[in-house]
Amino acid sequence: MSAVTDEVRARDSRTSFWNDPKIRGILSQALLILVVGWFAWEIIDNTVTNLQERRIASGYRFLENTAGFGIVQTLIPYSEVSSYGRAFVVGLLNTLLVAGLSIVAATLLGFVIGIMRLSKNWLISKIAAAYVEVIRNVPLLLQLFVWYRAVLKSMPSPRESHSFADLFFVNNRGLYAPFPLFGSRMIWVLAALGLAVVLTAIFNIYAKRRQEQTGQRLPRLWVSVALILGLPALSLIINGVPVNFTYPELQGFNFVGGINMIPEFVALFLGLSIYTASFIAEVVRAGIQAVSKGQTEAGNALGLRGGSILRLIVVPQAMRVIVPPLANQYLNLTKNSSLAVAIGYPDVVATGGTVLNQTGQAVEVISLWMAVYLTLSLLTSGFMNWFNARIALVER
Amino acid sequence: MKTKLLSLVLGATLGVAAATAASATTLEDVKAKGFIQCGVNPGLPGFGAPDDKGNWTGMDVDFCRAVASAVFGDATKVKFTPLSAKERFTALQSGEIDLLARNSTWTMQRDTGLGLTFTGVNYYDGQGFMVRKSLGVDSALKLNGASVCTQTGTTTELNLADYFRANNMTYQVVAFENNEEVNQAYDSGRCDVLTTDQSGLYSTRLKLANADDHIVLPEIISKEPLGPVVRQNDPQWFNIVKWVLFAQINAEELGVTAQNVMDMKNSTNPEIRRLLGLEGDFGTGIGLTNDWAVNLIKNVGNYAEVFNRNIGPDTPLGIARGLNALWNKGGIQYAPPVR
Repeated sequence: MSAVTDEVRARDSRTSFWNDPKIRGILSQALLILVVGWFAWEIIDNTVTNLQERRIASGYRFLENTAGFGIVQTLIPYSEVSSYGRAFVVGLLNTLLVAGLSIVAATLLGFVIGIMRLSKNWLISKIAAAYVEVIRNVPLLLQLFVWYRAVLKSMPSPRESHSFADLFFVNNRGLYAPFPLFGSRMIWVLAALGLAVVLTAIFNIYAKRRQEQTGQRLPRLWVSVALILGLPALSLIINGVPVNFTYPELQGFNFVGGINMIPEFVALFLGLSIYTASFIAEVVRAGIQAVSKGQTEAGNALGLRGGSILRLIVVPQAMRVIVPPLANQYLNLTKNSSLAVAIGYPDVVATGGTVLNQTGQAVEVISLWMAVYLTLSLLTSGFMNWFNARIALVER
Repeated sequence: MKTKLLSLVLGATLGVAAATAASATTLEDVKAKGFIQCGVNPGLPGFGAPDDKGNWTGMDVDFCRAVASAVFGDATKVKFTPLSAKERFTALQSGEIDLLARNSTWTMQRDTGLGLTFTGVNYYDGQGFMVRKSLGVDSALKLNGASVCTQTGTTTELNLADYFRANNMTYQVVAFENNEEVNQAYDSGRCDVLTTDQSGLYSTRLKLANADDHIVLPEIISKEPLGPVVRQNDPQWFNIVKWVLFAQINAEELGVTAQNVMDMKNSTNPEIRRLLGLEGDFGTGIGLTNDWAVNLIKNVGNYAEVFNRNIGPDTPLGIARGLNALWNKGGIQYAPPVR
């Protein structure tokens, strides 16, 4: 191609400077960079000028000031005398908690529903189809309201809590359960768990190699389970069970002690998992249908059973199609968790919003939000890209 | 295609640049567009709420109308922006509204750190607690361990923390962005206590299913001077809004009402004559016409009329004047004289 262009240019040396495609390309790109740069500079300059003109204090120093407000769920120690910065981190951890758990639940549920939808059983496939169509087409915010109201409605007041063996309590303040407090010797139990994980990994590599060489299969699952449960349990007994529990007890208005799962968390977790699962189900269905039917037939010809065909042949190939859109769903779920603000769950947007309002530092808080979601999204997509590369079809 | 996109980007950029350059005063802006954009509460009966016909009503809403009357001689030249507690100050800072009249508490940080200025106090309030009668609680000091519903981004949220800390009590706070959600959560039993300004508690109680099942506890745990807010960089607009409130309070003190304001023009009382623009040049001094106060009293009424119409003893809220009575009648409402 370029030889031809050169030839054309050589032949007609009167071609004007403006009509040279190469120069035009460079020029227009340079111009675009200039415009984009100017635009960005204009936005920053405009913001700074306006902030100064309106005498709005700026900068991130306010993050060290005392927050003075309470938060209903904190994963790290926090009180009203903590700083705004810490309040923001509390919210960030709450976002990570609900997003992380919902991603796991939505993935499991989504895979089950997606596979159900392809079932030959009419009832099962129709149930899955109904689930997908109903959940996918109702806005998440409405679903969150429904879940929140439903969760609250089904629960009694603290004094009339549902109780299970006097250890677990359910009421409209949430789910209360005993919570372990670990002694210092717990470190040995953790060490035993670490050792068990390493041993399991080594055993599995050995078992795989042995199967490849001799065709003999070792009971990998059972040995792994025995190692991972057995070693820590043994260590726990040797160290005299260095664990105490705090138990929830009704004191005055509410239960005190133990661990409390608040209704806002339950509602958000259910809403996010169930909503995203309907999209994941479609992703999984599309992925499985993308695997050529010949693969299933080949599996049948080898005498494999249905479950084994799915697990060993279809799903591994479908994964290549599933993973990229799945990553999108994970990103959506994390971002959607910001709807928490509507049902009073203290995620990063809710706590950040309070910080924003108490301090009036809108530009700074919004920049922190953007940084948080950008980082989370980039980390998620980075991980999924790595995972996608790992499971990519290896061509020999 | 590319040139189209380019011109679009250029246009947007120039727009930004133009926004930086133009900086007319708020009064000029308001006059140019022909109405005042006023930020109000989205749903607090008595202060700011749309009625069943969609008309905005309430004390704060009437204050916006009074400012419109002073500026335009017409109470209808105002548009309302319903704002949550969280959105209100940003809306004012960014110029989305010209005036915020949304039961906002005057605090030092808001007055000095946000580029905003409070223009006065149109309602003296204090924070209180509401609980179910069935709990058998008769004092806020017996609320140890309670779970409390409140609105995010309010002084209420901070006072709550201070009060429980000062009295060595623990609590669990459940905070929502909108008042409506706070009320629903309280109604469904998510929390034992609802806390906000006392006037707000009375207003909220009206909306609950069984208003009589709930009581407002006697303790008032804070000072909540509520008042209109403007941006800090425009002294002229600040003066206008400030003196609209003072004119209403002075009108009450001088006995000038919506009904008698026209007859009062024949009054010989020099104070009334100055307020009504018959002597002196007070209106033009703040960039308005000299009959500015006549218009706002005629259209909206004096302070007592606004109070009684929206939240007074004859309304469902039934709030007594209390602290909000005039200084010479046992309250603390006091306006500097027009002279």
